[in-house]
Amino acid sequence: MSSTFDTVANIISETCDIERTKITPQSHAIDDLGIDSLDFLDVAFAIDKAFGIKLPLEQWTQEVNDGKATTEQYFVLGNLCARIDELIAAKGVAPA
Amino acid sequence: MRLEYFLLIDRIVELNLDDHTIRTDATVPTSSTIFEGHFPGHPLMPGVLLIETMNQASGWLLIAMHKFTRMPFFASVKQAKLRTFVTPGQKLAASAKLVHDGSGFAVTKAEIKCEGKPVCSAELTFRLVEFPNPSFRASMENIAAEVAFPMEVLAHG
Repeated sequence: MSSTFDTVANIISETCDIERTKITPQSHAIDDLGIDSLDFLDVAFAIDKAFGIKLPLEQWTQEVNDGKATTEQYFVLGNLCARIDELIAAKGVAPA
Repeated sequence: MRLEYFLLIDRIVELNLDDHTIRTDATVPTSSTIFEGHFPGHPLMPGVLLIETMNQASGWLLIAMHKFTRMPFFASVKQAKLRTFVTPGQKLAASAKLVHDGSGFAVTKAEIKCEGKPVCSAELTFRLVEFPNPSFRASMENIAAEVAFPMEVLAHG
């Protein structure tokens, strides 16, 4: 978990030019860090590459739009990292 | 090319869904109102249109990969390099390769060559969304026919 978070936080810091110290597991990528949808594409690209996964952004967006999930479930970084760990486990790949 | 209609690819030469690559041809028109302003007495193909040419080559690749179920919309360009001037009448070869097929987005690397020499290159990101309406998709299918889009690839895989 911690290494996943460190990798994600570093990606966000570098991609979105946000101070690393401001990024915590409790940070909401959109509401707290102000990452917009275009920047999040870059973040998703970097996460996909780093972990060898494909974040299911379309599915997540649909679930939020349909009221079946909240943005907190996917975009609070601790929760995002938990989803990433699940995807890694499902694919049986190790972080790069 | 029909610059005023933003149709910048003339023909798809090769589309390889195994390698995720595309090669296209595009000839810069000898005359266009665009050249009257860019620039008077010194007509040059605008760099933004060269980038759009790479976008459209990439776009046909992504449309093929997603079997005409998703429309790619240009989202960002990185590392764009415009290496040399392009003038009216020049024949261009625009190619693209998929870098990443994400969920609702894709990244390509594209380049244009003229007589084998590099003209420009860039990394391009696209949002992939469902066609906004059937008439839009139909218009894209018509353009696909004009550029010799190999419809048989839709049965690929």
